[in-house]
Amino acid sequence: MYGKGLRPLSIATVVAILAAFSLVFFYAPLDADQGFIQKIFYLHVPLAITALIGFVIGGLFAIAHLRSGNRKWDAYSYVSIHMSVIFGVAVLITGSIWAKASWGHWWVWDEPTLVSFLIVFLMYATYYPFRYAIEDPERQARYASVFAVTAGAFVPLNFMAVRMAQSLVHPRTFGTANGGLPGEMMLVFLCCLATMALLWVTLVKFELTAKSASGQVKRLRRALDAPAPGGASRIAPEVS
Amino acid sequence: MHALATLLPVGAPALPLDEAGKYVAAAFIVFMVLLVVYVAIMAAKLQRIEKELRELAGFAENRAKGEEAAPARDEVSAR
Repeated sequence: MYGKGLRPLSIATVVAILAAFSLVFFYAPLDADQGFIQKIFYLHVPLAITALIGFVIGGLFAIAHLRSGNRKWDAYSYVSIHMSVIFGVAVLITGSIWAKASWGHWWVWDEPTLVSFLIVFLMYATYYPFRYAIEDPERQARYASVFAVTAGAFVPLNFMAVRMAQSLVHPRTFGTANGGLPGEMMLVFLCCLATMALLWVTLVKFELTAKSASGQVKRLRRALDAPAPGGASRIAPEVS
Repeated sequence: MHALATLLPVGAPALPLDEAGKYVAAAFIVFMVLLVVYVAIMAAKLQRIEKELRELAGFAENRAKGEEAAPARDEVSAR
């Protein structure tokens, strides 16, 4: 059921990635100040925005789970957060590479944007041991949902706090008094953002399909009263 | 372009392409590697699911054969 439409979605994602990266290298103009290194912007920022929105979506699915009690929403929430954590790893690594090239340091501790993202990432990194520590699946799902809602609410608050902080080194690119990105750069950026969002959706669907297949196999095993293979995951929720 | 340039950090001159290219390539390669690793992990998971399904199919077939053989034995013993 979850695998429906996965193939065209995957093909569309691959095509979108190729198109977006082609635009980055062959269409977007070179930045006057940073030059070629600014190309990382088209990868790093869309990844960060997608990861943060993914965390919020995970919180929204968790609300749906707490309201309905349907475990399906808990699985959606788990997969959304899981995917956003993976995107978060990519954000931190690409950001560090950009920081090293631009500022000469892999990490700058007095920069609110960097540190706030790290805080959000580390907070979500605790989601896994938090889930794993609870044996009872019902309690596990409920507590994980409460965590996802609380952390999901923290993400936009954290973002607003950072925007209000006066940064010395991190550039403000959108909605500033001095204008924003020039048209061509903005177009490429929006294409990259749409591509990363598409990639996120595809991977979430991919993960849900795998979890659904795994859940169906477990159901079949129970129905046949077959011996369990062992090594089953206690962290990941089942999708039926 | 000028508007953006005024927003970017002062004192961060454009790197020569050979040096900048190294960092840009590293960032994009990291992204692709993460993607490939993720897909490889998912492929391993799907292989495991497929193996389990094969085992279950074998288990169900053996059970069905056993159930077919049992009534036949009962008939023989009744005669």
